[in-house]
Amino acid sequence: MWTYEKRLQYPVRIKNPDPRMAQVICSQIGGPDGELTASLRYLNQRYSMPSDKTKGLLTDIGTEELAHLEMVSAIVYQLTRNLSEADLKKNGFDKYFVDHATGIYPASAAGVPFTAAYFQVKGDAIADLTEDMAAEQKARATYDNILRLTDDPDIIDPIRYLRQREVVHFQRFGEALRMVQDSLDARNFYACNPSFDKNCGKNMCNRRMK
Amino acid sequence: MKNRDELLHTIQRYDFALYDLMLYLDTHPKCRHAMQLYAKYRKQREEAVKDYVEHYGPLMALQSDTTKKWNWGQGPYPWEKEAN
Repeated sequence: MWTYEKRLQYPVRIKNPDPRMAQVICSQIGGPDGELTASLRYLNQRYSMPSDKTKGLLTDIGTEELAHLEMVSAIVYQLTRNLSEADLKKNGFDKYFVDHATGIYPASAAGVPFTAAYFQVKGDAIADLTEDMAAEQKARATYDNILRLTDDPDIIDPIRYLRQREVVHFQRFGEALRMVQDSLDARNFYACNPSFDKNCGKNMCNRRMK
Repeated sequence: MKNRDELLHTIQRYDFALYDLMLYLDTHPKCRHAMQLYAKYRKQREEAVKDYVEHYGPLMALQSDTTKKWNWGQGPYPWEKEAN
């Protein structure tokens, strides 16, 4: 179950339209390291997690990513308000405009539509949590790149907030991965799938000796 | 009485602290200090939300007015500049 709360997680108040930046930032909606793929990755991976702690963490971070999706969408929406005909033709925004006008469509900055192929659900806690940590770093790097492309303080402020959340999520996923590994045989984390194999991590030494 | 923007930003600050504490408690469920902070900010948030809903309308559908006019659908919506 989910319930909508009618507010952004962090304010987005952009005064000046900037279709060039809108086209770049839209990658964090439907691009390879965007908020939509982040949310779907965690909310789908949670079912096969081996512990309550990791199920809970993936649920809560996956939910926060939906709030980030709404924030990035608000940024793109506000950057494309009140565009002139000249604005539409400038910097290649016409290529987005012809298919979507100023609607919000999940695609990468290069125009590739969103695909579930951007994420994986391996059903193996170590594989999935390791992907999640990499995903947070890739999203953090994307926000760093966005910050290099603009000097508008109205854009920089919410983007910095989103960048910081990636760092926090990376830390929490690192703790979750360590907790899963702590429940396994420290001499061989990869001998079994902790989400699937019964007795995974228990009496590994004895089993090998038989 | 705070204006709408100030009150909304107050709620956003409490909610930020509460969400970050929740993620921390997800992996550190025995941390008493974090739980005390969670309880403190939750109480302050409840008061701010009560104020906000009374003067500026519902943040969630369950808080909607059912005496005069159904006000859940009323804008501005969160992605609009005016709402922030």
